[in-house]
Amino acid sequence: MKFRAILSTAITLLLIWALEAKFGDFPRFGEFLNPGTGFWQNAESKNTSSTEDLKIQGLQGKVTVKFDEHRIPHIFAETDHDLYLVQGYLTARDRLWQMDIQTRAGAGRLSEVVGPKALEIDRYHRRMGMSYGAENSLKGMMKDPESRMMIEAYTEGVNGYIHQLKPKDYPIEFKLLDYAPEEWKTINCAYLLKNMSETLAGDSKDFSMTNDLKVFGAATVNDLFPDYPFHEDPIIPVGTKWDFKPLTVPKPSAEFIAQMTDKIKDTKIEPGVGSNNWAISGSKSANGYPILANDPHLNLTFPSIWYQVQMTSPTVNVYGASLPGAPGVVIGYNQNISWGVTNVDADVMDWYQVKFKDNSKNEYWYNNRWNKTTKRVEIINVKGQKPLIDTVIYTHHGPVVYDNLSQRPKEGREDIPIGNALRWIAHDESDEFKCFYLLNRGKNYDDYRKALTYYVAPAQNFIFADREKDIAITPNGKFPLKYRDQGKYVLDGSDPADDWHGWIPYDQNPTVKNPPQGFVRSANESPADQTYPYYINWQFELYDRGKRIDDLLTAMKNATVDTMSKMQMDDYSMRAHDVLPTLLKYLDVSELDKTQAEALNLVKKWNLHFDASSEGASVFNAWWLKFYDLVWDEFDRKNTLLNKPSFDRTEKLLLMEPGSKWFDIIKTPAKENCTDIVTMAFIQSVGDWVKQIGDPGKKWQWGDVKDSHINHLANLPGFGTGHFSVGGTGAVINALKGGNGPSWRMVVQMGPQVKGYGIFPGGESGNPGSHYYDDMFETWKDGKLNELLFLSSQDEKSDRIKSTLTLSSK
Amino acid sequence: MLFLIILILSFICNYFLPWWFVAVIAFLAALATGKKPGRSFLAGFLAVFIAWAILALLKSIPNDNILATRVAHLMQLPNWIALLIAAGIIGGLVGGMAALSGALIRKAYRK
Repeated sequence: MKFRAILSTAITLLLIWALEAKFGDFPRFGEFLNPGTGFWQNAESKNTSSTEDLKIQGLQGKVTVKFDEHRIPHIFAETDHDLYLVQGYLTARDRLWQMDIQTRAGAGRLSEVVGPKALEIDRYHRRMGMSYGAENSLKGMMKDPESRMMIEAYTEGVNGYIHQLKPKDYPIEFKLLDYAPEEWKTINCAYLLKNMSETLAGDSKDFSMTNDLKVFGAATVNDLFPDYPFHEDPIIPVGTKWDFKPLTVPKPSAEFIAQMTDKIKDTKIEPGVGSNNWAISGSKSANGYPILANDPHLNLTFPSIWYQVQMTSPTVNVYGASLPGAPGVVIGYNQNISWGVTNVDADVMDWYQVKFKDNSKNEYWYNNRWNKTTKRVEIINVKGQKPLIDTVIYTHHGPVVYDNLSQRPKEGREDIPIGNALRWIAHDESDEFKCFYLLNRGKNYDDYRKALTYYVAPAQNFIFADREKDIAITPNGKFPLKYRDQGKYVLDGSDPADDWHGWIPYDQNPTVKNPPQGFVRSANESPADQTYPYYINWQFELYDRGKRIDDLLTAMKNATVDTMSKMQMDDYSMRAHDVLPTLLKYLDVSELDKTQAEALNLVKKWNLHFDASSEGASVFNAWWLKFYDLVWDEFDRKNTLLNKPSFDRTEKLLLMEPGSKWFDIIKTPAKENCTDIVTMAFIQSVGDWVKQIGDPGKKWQWGDVKDSHINHLANLPGFGTGHFSVGGTGAVINALKGGNGPSWRMVVQMGPQVKGYGIFPGGESGNPGSHYYDDMFETWKDGKLNELLFLSSQDEKSDRIKSTLTLSSK
Repeated sequence: MLFLIILILSFICNYFLPWWFVAVIAFLAALATGKKPGRSFLAGFLAVFIAWAILALLKSIPNDNILATRVAHLMQLPNWIALLIAAGIIGGLVGGMAALSGALIRKAYRK
């Protein structure tokens, strides 16, 4: 009997231990599944009270927050300090885990919570200088009294929320990954900007272009990788006069081509994805005032990258999209102005070949003498393992990201040359928050121009419209002054002539105000034509979206918000418009069987729109991609990372150079020509579809074959949308493809009373157990916008206000 | 009797003590009042199962079971009810085994 008692007690204890322990990626089951502290506590009730009072530390006065039907907060504070404090508090309440994990990613601290599987990504972020850059940025931000106030108040608010949390209240992701939220630090706000710089200005083709140069020689590379595209329609209208006296452009250095011997693999890039913005003048709108539209494209996730907020104090009343972790509004409007952004993709990430004196790497050759390096020790804590202590060598350019091959991960990062120092704009001191501080309070064009001078990176095309009927656009950021093509290839780290030579003055960044065409617009294409005196980059996004926007706006009259909103959903393919007739001309129909002929029929009938229901779109898309691959077979090398010519250059080849040698497939003895490649591409791509989804028919509809989805930030099954069917693709205005697309669509009608409309895929809450986690997703998917509630004061009545929160000091 | 004691105490303790405290409750309750080991197991199992299920439902029903449905998908269970049962069984097993142990010890020392 005793034995049975002991055995039973032992089994009970073992059971409890097993439920308390953490095995691999599984949560601790006892902790996670019990009703008292487990995930059930994250299930938010649909019945919420209409008034709530809260006491939090640090407030100077009383703050009132009105929540509308989407639980978007409208904050009314008596001081700016309180305004940013409450923004921090409310954003943390809705998005704490997102803020935590994004900051950890930037700071290279993911391994602390997920273990060794994140070690390579952490190590990369440490070594490429994310922390170094964040520390420098924070220095710049703290010098300015207003930026400092914003960041400190915001931080206080986030911590005010964190401090009152009990483990049962932790967001579900903390429970799944089994860690606790930590104190928010001011530098976290800077990390958020570094993440944006990494996403939008954090890759370079310098290494693969240098390899191209070695393999094919300068003449070929100049021909295949021109500094200005074949098809282009730049942001600043052609013919705009530059009314400034440019600085002297620096002289190129002696050419230096790095010797690379290590083995590498190709990485797939996806051109044609990006953002749009445009503003029309009153002459084109129905009510006589400008309308501004913006849809920035990013990786789409739940929770959304954006958080909507209205922020009001005696100095400001602004509405728009904010970034969780950053004070203020990034894209939005107030009574007087509206603004938006798309990415510039300036050449602000350069690699320098470094010659060290010896293996100690204490000195490097520069300016004809040996110079001292500095060393920065990075300690990466790893859950369940000893910390990794990593020393990073810095030259005056920046960090040597990988000094030898063993530091570089086996998969990924093939684009980073070994032993090279990185010069990156995001390493510099900056104060982007001041730019947004000023835009949030902007009254007119002059305020807009002044705000932009504070913005460093990632460079954006800032579009503007105001109620004085001015419209403007400025590709803006801190652009290094360089010789033409400086940074197209790996640079010589010993030659001062290859350093960045100062900066393009802000008032000489490309800009245009009220152009005669009656509109301004950008879609990541070239900022200006070739008359612009400075080098910003040698390659930008394809012209397709910009050109389509230009065509539509040129023809537009009496435009309304509705016209703009429909335009954001436009999916007409400029590429198909440009190349399909020629592809059909070269296609050898006699080689097609019955199935292939059916597919041909689909593409012939096609209206060139990437609709969800279009079958022709699927045929064309696959045909073009296959054609591209077959043409540039010369660039597929096992051991050398090469950069392939652009779609734009491929279009030129097809349209203008049908006799080109590049059509030949080098592996085959036969000499292929344009007709052979076009036909082969058609047959192979149709064959691929038939194999995958069957004979041509309904199953070929674009919305179904294109995988559109939005995943949870940690890719947790069941926490995202799963596949959904929609139109759009890369290089059309509605550039929605895979998990990437319009992360926020906004249209603002200026006038005596401004009216804003907007939507993002997701909801305000980051809690998968909230009714506000994805309540705006369907509206976004259907291509509709919500009318945004912009209250003139806290006393304004609206039946859209569902609850009121009053905050006062503890 | 044993069933009711465990049920009520599990319910109350849920709000301020760690989840595994149900084991302590079931163990002590069975030690004090338990008779047949088999019946004690059943009482402990059912009491904690029911307490957890009701407590979970109190959170989940006003939520329209949105979260439970997502977590069920995450854990590859067919629906939220399966998840509720799984959570109940885990709690139930702990409660049942603890009650069984309590009853067995009581029996061992009585004899």
